[in-house]
This record gives sequence, C-alpha cells and structure tokens, in this order.
Amino acid sequence: MTRYANQVAIVGAAETTELGVIPHMSQLQLHADAALNALADAALEPSDIDGVATAGESPTVVAHYLGITPNWVDGTAVGGCSFMIHVRHAVAALLTGQCRTVLITHGESGKSGIGRGRGRGSAASLQGQFEAPFGVAGPPTLFTLPVLRYMKRYGLTPEQLAMVAVVQRQWAGLNPRASKREPITVEDVLDSRMIAYPFHLLECCLVTDGGGALILTTADRVDDFPQPPVYVWGTGESVETPMVSQMEDLTSSRAFAVAGPRAMSDAGIRHGDVDHLMIYDAFAHLPIYGLEDLGFCGRGEAGAFIEEGHTAPGGSLPLNTNGGGLSYMHSGMYGMYALQESVRQLRGTAPAQVDGAEVSVCLGVGGMFGASGCIVMGNQPKS
Amino acid sequence: MSGSRPLPEPTPETQHFWDGTRVGELRLQRCNDCAHVYFPPRPFCPACASRSVSVFAASGRGHLDSYVISHRPHPAFDGHYAIALVVLEEGPRMMSNIVGCEQTPEALVLDMPLEVTFEPQNDSITLPLFRPAAVGNKP
Ligand SMILES: [Zn+2]
Repeated sequence: MTRYANQVAIVGAAETTELGVIPHMSQLQLHADAALNALADAALEPSDIDGVATAGESPTVVAHYLGITPNWVDGTAVGGCSFMIHVRHAVAALLTGQCRTVLITHGESGKSGIGRGRGRGSAASLQGQFEAPFGVAGPPTLFTLPVLRYMKRYGLTPEQLAMVAVVQRQWAGLNPRASKREPITVEDVLDSRMIAYPFHLLECCLVTDGGGALILTTADRVDDFPQPPVYVWGTGESVETPMVSQMEDLTSSRAFAVAGPRAMSDAGIRHGDVDHLMIYDAFAHLPIYGLEDLGFCGRGEAGAFIEEGHTAPGGSLPLNTNGGGLSYMHSGMYGMYALQESVRQLRGTAPAQVDGAEVSVCLGVGGMFGASGCIVMGNQPKS
Repeated sequence: MSGSRPLPEPTPETQHFWDGTRVGELRLQRCNDCAHVYFPPRPFCPACASRSVSVFAASGRGHLDSYVISHRPHPAFDGHYAIALVVLEEGPRMMSNIVGCEQTPEALVLDMPLEVTFEPQNDSITLPLFRPAAVGNKP
C-alpha cells in the first residue's frame, strides 16, 4: 500500500464519436472530439480543466484549441504508452496541488493521415545510423524482430502465436465498435498474407483513426461527477532503449518488467486480485511478453496459457476484452484505448463486460519495446 | 541491391565506427576500467560511466540472434529481405543484413555462425553486413 491508492480517480472517460476511418477530421480535431466527449461524460466545461497532458500533439496546441488555460502540462511522448505515463504524472500533480482537474487527450489520424505530421528519425540519430540502413520499415519490421529468439528459446509455436489473434477476435466479436468482428481460426491467421516473417497480417495491429480522453481529479471530489469513479490504485513507468537491436533480452521487455510490477506493488495487489487485464497488443507477441513480464505466467508459459483459453471470454484472466489493437482499433498510439476499456470494465459498461470486474491492470508499451507505462485501477477505493 | 538505403550521418561520437567500416574494420569500444565491451558507440562506458574507453577492431565473427523477413517492397532491396540481429563474438548485438544466403526461414537458421563483410555505399559510408561464416565459429 502506498500513499495514493485511494486519492485520485478517473471521473471522465470517452473515445471519439466515431472510430475506424474518419477522413473528415484532422488529428487535432480527433483530440478535441474525444476531449469534449470526456468533458460531457464528467459534466465539465473546458474552463474547469487546469491540467493538460497529451502526446502526438503538443499540450500547447491542444490546450489552446480547447480554450484551456492550464497551470500544469505534461507532453511526455514516448509512444503508445504515453497516456499511461500521463496518468501516473497526473496523480503526482493532483496530490501535490499543482492542479485540480487533469484532461489527458489522444487523437490520431493513423489511417487517413489528416493533419498528421510525419516526422522521421534523423540520419544522425542512433536509430538512423545503426538500424535505418538495414531496411527497417516501421513497426512491422522492428517490433517483430525479437520473436524468433523467443520461439527458439521457449518453443512457442506459430499456431500459439496465431492463437493470440484468434482469441482477441473472440472478444471483438462481442464489441459492436470493434473494427474486425468476424470469427477467425488459427488457419485463417497462418493463411493470411506474410508481412514480416514470422508475422502474418492478422498478427499485426489494425491501422485506424480515432481518439480518447480521460479526466482525473482527487478522490474527495468524486461525488461531484455523474459517472462512477475509477480509482487509480497504482502506477509504474520505465524506458529501456530506442533501438530494438539493443534490448537487454529479446525474450522480455525490461520496461514492462519495471513498470508493471511497480504499479502492482504500489497498488498493493497480487496477481490473484486482478479481474481484468489489458496488454497493449501492437503485434501478437506482446500479450505473451506482457503476461510473463507482469508475472502472470512463468517464462515461456504464456503461449500455452493463451492457447488453453485462460484469457478468452469465460476464462480466468480476461485479457484485451475490447478486441485489442489486433481487432478493436489501433491508431498508432493505442494506449489510450486500453485505458478506456479498463475504465468501461470497472464502470460495468463494457460491451463484453467481465462479471464482477473490480480490479483492472492496464499495461502499455511505446516506441517498439522502448517504453512502458502501467496503471492499476479499481472501482472502489483501495481498502 | 537496386536502390539506395537511408544512410547514416556520423556524429563526433560515432565517427570512429564509420571510419572503421570504410577500411574494413568493425570497431567496438571497451571500457578501460571494467572491461565492458559495448555498442553502439559513445565516449563513456554504459556499464560503469567511466570516460576512459578504447576503440578496438572486433573479430567480425558472430551468430544470428533473431530476424524478420520483410515481405513489403523496399527501394534498396530486391524481393523479400531479412533484417537481422547479430550477436558479435565480443558480446554486443547489432542490426544488419545477411548476404550470400537465401532470404528464407530454411536458409536463415538461428545461431548460425556469421562473419562481417563490408559494402561501400559512397565515398564516406560503408555498411557492415554479414554472411554465413566460411569456417565455423560456435556461438
Ligand atoms: Zn566500465
């Protein structure tokens, strides 16, 4: 137990009005659409917000666009888990009185590319010098590089890797907002187009448009808001390396292994206390790494754990219940959608609701395996 | 190779590496205090923070640690091509490509011994690539 497990709550949460392909909105407007939906969810006006955090756009841009005068901003941008890290930083800011009400926004025109800057690492960066010359072409050729070593070390089979996508599609089938809902089999996955051996198309995340926003405040104010509060019980963050080639261990994410256990120990929970789990799944191996780095499975055991149905609908550890980045949506920085699903599950409003979900763990990854943020949430104050 | 690769722009901290590849040396760094061997280049030891480090020519031998075979077109490659992670005999891991070898899962076997080969790109940049080792060296 730590100092803050009862003291900060998520009181507003929403995604963009639409998800999927949204060519009529710029990336900045996706931030704003999600933010306005979250403000409505919390019955707040922009002028009630005094803290702004975002990634992908500068907090300066977002605050000005929404007409907010913040006295706290966080522009931490370490990839798709930035929003988990914003939650962690918001906890510290709220508890030290730097601000009272924090808005965290995400918007990304990942599919349509409307109003989206396309920055590239410079040729003088370490990645530019020591990875870019060798034909790397974005996440499908970088995030994926470690998995053959994992497969050889632990005997993970192609069928088990494919099963990750199959199970997540089972969850997506229960979710009307999911981009891909029709059931798939292991054979479908293995027969889908090869993207970067050993990854097939159905083992790679979607590319879609969308956004999401969260509003956090101190727990003494939760009765002022219409929605049931979701308490932030514990948080963790870390970074490892911007270069996948320099990971300490190709079969484990050091950032996962720091951020995840820290969040769980801050929350004062054990694995058996967890009712619901989200692990950022840009590619099919991430839930396998995440289950092991969080300690839900022993080394080399997560593939079989998923194959046996423990994370599927009706299983003991419901995982990625919105369908995940593989089937629900993935705009590029998916972490916000994982957080939204944890909030829905703890409010009891998820399309694929887990009965009696009281504690959710949400593990994010960013910049390939470069960074991680983890948030533990509960629907009651931690006792 | 059909087109051009995105080429590195050396910095003061990495210049020795790119000077080395141009003359056929794969240069690594070793800490003078704790003997840690590391890559990518920097003027201090990432293990103990000592600024007392030396540059040395590595053996050029290593083994295939992991890879993917990209099936998407790339201007610098003909057809499917592997992006490889090579662990050097001295310890560090680096990204590269495997040449002189079919770009297939059957031909690219994890832990296969490799040796460096150098491919000039222009007057200033030569890339270190790897090929199956002529004489076996066990990982
Ligand atoms: Zn040292």
